[in-house]
Amino acid sequence: MTIALPARSRRRRRFPLPLVVGGGMLAAQLLLALFPSAFAPYAPDSFDYNALMQPPSAAHLFGTDNFGRDVLSRVIHAYSVDMQIAVFATVLPFFFGTSVGAVIGYAGGMAETIFGRLVDAIITFPFLVLVIAIVAVLGPGLINMYIAVGVVDWVFYARLAVAEVKVQKRLDYAEAGRAMGYSPARIVFRHLMPNIITPLIVYWMTDMALAILLGSSLGYLGLGAQPPIAEWGVQIADAKNFMATAWWMSVFPGIAIVLAGLSFSLTGDGVAETMRTRR
Amino acid sequence: MTGGLSLEVTNLSTTFETPLGAVTAVDGVSFDVRPGEVLGLVGESGSGKSVTLRSLIGLIHPPGKVSGRVIWNGQDLLSLPSGRLARVRGGEIAMIFQEPMTALNPVLTVGLQIEENLRAHTALDRGQRRARAVELFDLVGIPDAKRRLENYPHQFSGGMRQRVMIAIALASNPRLLLADEPTTALDVTIQDQILKLILSLRDELGMGVVLVTHDLGVVAATCDRVAVMYAGRIVETGTVVDIFDGPRHAYTRGLLSSVPRGGAERAPLLAIEGTPPALSALPPGCAFGPRCSFATDACRDARPGLLTIAPDRQVACLHHDAVAANRGQVA
Repeated sequence: MTIALPARSRRRRRFPLPLVVGGGMLAAQLLLALFPSAFAPYAPDSFDYNALMQPPSAAHLFGTDNFGRDVLSRVIHAYSVDMQIAVFATVLPFFFGTSVGAVIGYAGGMAETIFGRLVDAIITFPFLVLVIAIVAVLGPGLINMYIAVGVVDWVFYARLAVAEVKVQKRLDYAEAGRAMGYSPARIVFRHLMPNIITPLIVYWMTDMALAILLGSSLGYLGLGAQPPIAEWGVQIADAKNFMATAWWMSVFPGIAIVLAGLSFSLTGDGVAETMRTRR
Repeated sequence: MTGGLSLEVTNLSTTFETPLGAVTAVDGVSFDVRPGEVLGLVGESGSGKSVTLRSLIGLIHPPGKVSGRVIWNGQDLLSLPSGRLARVRGGEIAMIFQEPMTALNPVLTVGLQIEENLRAHTALDRGQRRARAVELFDLVGIPDAKRRLENYPHQFSGGMRQRVMIAIALASNPRLLLADEPTTALDVTIQDQILKLILSLRDELGMGVVLVTHDLGVVAATCDRVAVMYAGRIVETGTVVDIFDGPRHAYTRGLLSSVPRGGAERAPLLAIEGTPPALSALPPGCAFGPRCSFATDACRDARPGLLTIAPDRQVACLHHDAVAANRGQVA
C-alpha cells in the first residue's frame, strides 16, 4: 500500500521567492550594466536632429529626448553608472562601519560614549542635506559623491554593528571565548562577526537601493554625475522642462530607478530569510 | 599522573558597584585545589559559586571588582597582564559552562571551534589540529568524529553538545578544569555520563577539577572535597565523607536533609525555612542566623570566622559542636 504524501513536502523550495525574483532581476540589470552596448540599440550620446522628442515608436521604443538621443539606449547605458553608484557608494561604509562598530561595541565604555555623541551629531542632520553640503564643498562629480556618502554613511552601519555586538558579547559563547583565552580581536572578528552580519547585509542591500536614489537625486541637482553622462537622475533633470509635452523622457528612467531599488530590497529580504533559516 | 599544579585561592572577594550600593557577591573566600582532585563548590542559587569561578580567571566585567590572591603556577592570576592571562585561560585552566545550548557559537562548525582553541594555545599546523580534533571527539565519546566535526551545534543533542564543550575545553591539555554546573541543564542519564567522563578524564590527564553545582547527589558521586557556600562565603569545607557523615554547619545540615533519599525508610523531607538574604542587605552577624534553629544572641553579634577543627576540615559556626551532636533536630 502506498501512502500519498502531501504535495508540499515533495517540492521543497530551496530559496525563498524574494531571493529568486530579486536576484534574477539584479542579475539581468548587472548584465545591462556590464555590457550596455550589447543591448542598447544606439550610442547613448548620438544626436539625431531629425527625431527630436519623438514619442515611443518602433525605431525608438522609449522615444527620444530633446537632443534626439534614444531614451532606451540612455537608460541602458545609465545602468553602468547607477549600479556603480550603488556598489561604490556603499561598499566602503559597509566594511569600515561594520568593523569599527563591532570593535566599539565590544570595547564599550568611553569609546562607545564618544561614538554615541558622534551618531547623535550626525543623525541630527538629514542625510541628504549633509551629503549635499559635503559635495558642495568638495565640488560636484561621482568621486566626490562617493566620498561624501562614505563620510556619513559608515555611521549607520557602525551603529547597527554596535547594537548587535553589545547583545552578542554578553552571550555564553562569547564568554566561553574569553575563558578559552582568545584575543579580543579574534572574538570580535572570528566569533561574533558571523553572528551579527545578517542584519548588516540586509541593511547593505537596502542601502544600495537608497544609494541609487541618492545618486539620482544628486544627479538631478547637478551635484553627482555630470551631463552628458547617461544617468537616470541626470535624465530626469534634463526632462523636467518637457514633463507635459514628452512624458517618456522622465518616466522610463524613473521606472528604471524603481526596478533597481526593488530588486535590491527583494534580494536583501531573501538573503535575510536564507540566513535566518540556516541557524 | 605527572607533577600537577595546584591552585591556591586566598581571601578572594568580588564586589559589584550598583546604584544601590556595593554588593559583595564573594566575600573573603579561600580554598585550594590539588592536582587530580575534584573540589565541589555547593550552595543555593545566588550564593556566589559561579561568580567565584569566574573571578578566578578574570571573567568579571566592570562594574565588578575582584581582590585577593589566586596563585597558580607561582603567579597571581589576578595581577597578571592580560596577554599572559590569555595564555593561562583555555591553555592551562579551562572552563565549561552550564548551558551547552548557548555556550557554543551557533554559526561555526564544532570542528572549527575546537581548532580555534588549538590555534590559540598550541603550535600545531592545520593537519595536526584536524587530527587532534578527531582524537578529542573520540576521547569524549562522540562517535563518527570525522563527519561530526563538520556539523553545527544545533545538529547535536544537549548531552552531545556538553561533550563538544568538554572537547573544546580539553583541547590544549589544561591542568585545571573549572566546571560551572556542567550537568544542570541535562537529564539524569546524560548527567551521569558526563560526570563519569569528567572523572575519567581527570584520571587520564591528572587535572584538578572545580565543580560548581547545587546538586548534592552530584557532589557525593564525584567530588573528593566540598566547600559549602552561603551568601558569598564558605561556611564549611571538608572531605565528602566528613561533610555527608557529620555536617557541622546548620546550613550544610539543612542542605543535606532537604535531599530526598531513595531506598531508605521514608522520612519527612526537610526544607530550610526562609530564603537566602539579599547580598545588599545581609543580616548582622552570621548571614544564616535568621534561618538557623541553633542561632543564639552571640550569632547576631559577630560574623563567625572559618575555624579549622581538623585537618582538611573547616567550619564557620559558633555552635558546630551542637550541630554535630543534634543529628535529628530540624535545622
